[in-house]
Order: sequence, then structure tokens, then C-alpha cells
Amino acid sequence: MTESIIQMEGLRFAYPDSERSAVAGVDLQIARGSFVAVLGHNGSGKSTLSKLMNGILVPTEGRVLVNGVDTRDESRLLEVRRTVGMVFQNPDNQIVASVVEDDVAFAPENLGVEPAEIRQRVDEALQRVGMYAFRLHAPHLLSGGQKQRVAIAGVLAMRPDCIILDEPTAMLDPIGRREVLGAVRELRRGRGMTVVLITHHMEECIYADRLIVMSGGRVEMDGTPRQVFSQVEKLRGLGLTVPETVSLLDGLNRSGILPAPLPLDALTVAECADAVADVFRRREKK
Amino acid sequence: MPILSVEHLTHVYSQGTPFEKTAVRDVSLSINQGELVGIIGHTGSGKSTFLQHLNGLLKPTAGKVFLDGEDIHGSRDMLHSVRFRVGLVFQYPEYQLFEETVFRDIAFGPGNMGLAAEEIRERVLEAAAFVGVDEGWMELSPLELSGGQKRRVAIAGVIAMRPAVLILDEPTAGLDPAGRESILQNILDYRRRTGATVLLVSHSMDDVARLADRLVVFHNGAVVMDGAPAQVFDRAEELKEMGLTVPAATEIALALRQRGIDIPESIYTTKYLQKLLLSLWESAGGEG
Repeated sequence: MTESIIQMEGLRFAYPDSERSAVAGVDLQIARGSFVAVLGHNGSGKSTLSKLMNGILVPTEGRVLVNGVDTRDESRLLEVRRTVGMVFQNPDNQIVASVVEDDVAFAPENLGVEPAEIRQRVDEALQRVGMYAFRLHAPHLLSGGQKQRVAIAGVLAMRPDCIILDEPTAMLDPIGRREVLGAVRELRRGRGMTVVLITHHMEECIYADRLIVMSGGRVEMDGTPRQVFSQVEKLRGLGLTVPETVSLLDGLNRSGILPAPLPLDALTVAECADAVADVFRRREKK
Repeated sequence: MPILSVEHLTHVYSQGTPFEKTAVRDVSLSINQGELVGIIGHTGSGKSTFLQHLNGLLKPTAGKVFLDGEDIHGSRDMLHSVRFRVGLVFQYPEYQLFEETVFRDIAFGPGNMGLAAEEIRERVLEAAAFVGVDEGWMELSPLELSGGQKRRVAIAGVIAMRPAVLILDEPTAGLDPAGRESILQNILDYRRRTGATVLLVSHSMDDVARLADRLVVFHNGAVVMDGAPAQVFDRAEELKEMGLTVPAATEIALALRQRGIDIPESIYTTKYLQKLLLSLWESAGGEG
């Protein structure tokens, strides 16, 4: 067992018929048990990177090791896929069965898991994403957020060490988004699952341990969300915005009126309000 | 005079079956010429059903829809013309592209209007320019374009009909911040240059707060709020109870108020909150 569950070395990938590399030289290690968010605009290479992480795509150059297994080794591809499960953007494209629990059972059945064990895994996976009460429902009648949680349960039932979610909330309304993000954060409890969340919503990255910003197929920034989001200029230069909290603090700082700059790493609403209120309070005392 | 007015509109799906469901319940609403109205409501609130009545795609179970004072179901000719005068861009419109080339896809709507070829061509190019569809794409298959480019082509197809009312159901869903901003700017440009009335459905409270003159909130098939963004976001707690979010600036302003900072009015954009905080700072004693 290595410290990092996924290891990318000198990674390059170009789609056939394309002169441009979608991933153009990436070296990254994903630590076991960590929650990593990957942020980038459309075409930044973030989705391609995620597909390289579980062998859906194999590198044009360089290599990806999943638990030490090279994804180019076709004989061990199943092992790679069992280790790293994947959830995609559109829930409608990921659901195969006409009953929720059958859908969740699909992957373990294919892996040849014993029926009694499947039952247990399915129940547990559905409970974890808060969809157990819907186990006998028809997936097509569920809301987007519910369907996406069923898709996550389907991956969980394989008992992967790592789950990659590629823009899982892009097609959902605010309620669905909240449900799915709640489920994602819940994944980390207990078992030490590694979570990689690909997104272009800044707010979804706030709770990650580590935030990687991709642009032009390369890693442009890499640090804690606080470190990354406080570099407002750089993010804007990459065509990304910052959370509204940081945008407010940055705007106040730029006015030059306040006695000292406010900290740009106050990401949550409460932290931001604390930072602003603090400046006002300190002046009153004088 | 309002360009669109809706009187006591009710829509019941599958009436008389065990699946009967009232999606819109007794909604009355007037939209003025040139207004930019943000439509808010969570999935299942009835907003999409409502919008599909505005260009005659759905027929009311009860109630009437008037365009320029005329009942849209009053005559066949009227119903036919409403399809062109009220343009509806659905969610994920890129899934509805079907022609062999981008040009032909954008030309489909004006083609149905019975216009001359030259006029169609002019409209296609104009619509394409409005939404940033490159002229070089015209002879490509829509399938060769990226998701964001396809979205633009689909919107151009509706704009090419030069509708007096443009309705967009989440035109920016799934796009990244840069793509979102650019499509919203295109829509604003279209409105500025043509004086069109725009109805914009969005889950992004930050976007509607910034852009709309007026917000209409749907909940359980009814209109529960209707007013200027300031009035609507003043009722942040109610919105949250309905499962809706409020703009980040409104949340921050609420939190500041709880921390004893005297923010006198409702806030819904970050820019305004910033301005207000700075003027509070200055009025309370200069250098500090």
C-alpha cells in the first residue's frame, strides 16, 4: 500500500484527430483518504484527467498508477476500475435498471459478488446516500438529485477505495445540488474513502482538503482552498471567478479605504461576515 | 399596455386519470413590453408548464393567454403567429439540434415563417452574430461543435425568428463561469438592440438578482412572489423555506446584520454590498 492512491507521472493525452494535448504534462499524486477538488473551465482538461484516473482513457505519454497498477496494463484494468469508481454529469445516462435497488446491484452482480453480500452492499450504499427509502422506486420518476445519489450508491456498492465525480451537480437544481454535495461529504466519514470532485462551481470546492486548478491541460494552482481562492488575480486570469465572499473582501481591500487588508481566505459566509464585522468593531473601540 | 397577459391560468396534466396533477393553479400575470423578468422556482414548481403556455405549446385547462391584447387560442392564424412572436429556448437546447449544418439549423425557424431565402439568410447571420456563433461554423455539422457552441447555435435558431418575447429556460445550465457570463451578455445585447421582452428562468440567484427588473417566484404551481429583486430578496427566509437559495450577497448581508453592522436595506448584489459597507465606514468616521 502506497501513501498515494493515484499517481500521475509526466502525463499527456491527446484525443485522436486533435493536435492539441487535452492533458499536457501533469504530475500529481492523490493522497489516500483525501478529498480533492479539481476546478477548471470547459476545455481545461479536467474531465480528461479524471478519465485517465480510472483507465477509461490511457495516456498518450507518461503513466497513471492506481494502487501501484499501471492503467495501461489491460490485464489488470478490472482491478483499476474496482479501485476507482466514477460518477458522471448526467444521471439519466448512468441508470440502467427499472428499480432503484436493481440499479445499485448492477455493478456488484457483474463483479460476481455473492447474492447475500450484494443485498448487504446495496442496502448499505443506499443508506449512505440517503436513498434507502426509495429502494423499490422506479429511477425515472426520481428527481435529478435523487437519481444522481442512486448513481453514487451504484459506485459505492462496488466498494471502491476512491470515487471520482465528474461535475455531478452540473445538471441539477439547487436542492439537487445540496443533496448530492451532502452525500459527497458523507462519503468521507468512517471508511477513509478518497474523493475526487471535478467541478466548475467554486462553492463546491470550499470543503475539499486540496484544490487543484487546471487550465490548458496543466495544473496551474494546487493548494488548500484557502490558499487558492485568496489568489484572486490569478484565478480571474484563468477565466475563473472566486466565491462571492472572496470577491467582496477583495473589492473592499481594493478600495484602499480600510486601515488594513481583510483576509482573503474567509471563504464561508460566516467567516466573511466575521472578518468584516471585526474591522468595524475594532474601529469603534478606538 | 402589457405585451403578454395571463388570466387565471390553470393547467392539469392527465385530467380524469389516476395520474391527474395540477401543475399550474390560477395564475394571473402581466408582462410589460421590454421588461426583463427573472422566473424562479425549484423543479416541479410549475414554472416550465407555465412558460409553455406563453407560446401556445400547451393549451390551458382553464384561463387565457393574451399576446398584444389578443387571445392566442382565439384563431388558428393567431396561434400560428405566436410561435414566431414568442420564442422559447428550452433547457439544454443543444439536444434539439438536428439539421446537417449549423446554417440550416438556425434557418429552420425562419424557414417555417415562409420568408424569402435572402431574408432567411440575413436573419441567420444576424442571429449568429448576436450569440457569438462564428461564421466559419456555418457549414459544419452541429455535431462537430462543443457543448457551449451548440448551445449558442440553438439560441440563435430562436433569435432568428426575431421574437418580440424571448423566453429562456436556464440558458446557462452546465456552463462554466466564462461561458455563462458570455451567453448572458449576448441575451442582454439582443434585448438592448431589439427592445425585446425577456423571460429568464434561472437557478442562479446571483445572475437573476443582477440582471432582472422583476422577479416572479413559483411555488406549488402558483405565483407566490412578484416584484423588484429588492422586494423579493427581502423575504430571504421565506425563499429558503421553499427550498430556494438567495444570492450570496444577501446571505452575507444577513450575517453582517446579525453581527451588529447596521445594513439598512435589502442587499442582493456583491457590488452594492461593497459600496454600502464603504460608505458606512466613511460616514462613521473617516480614517479610523
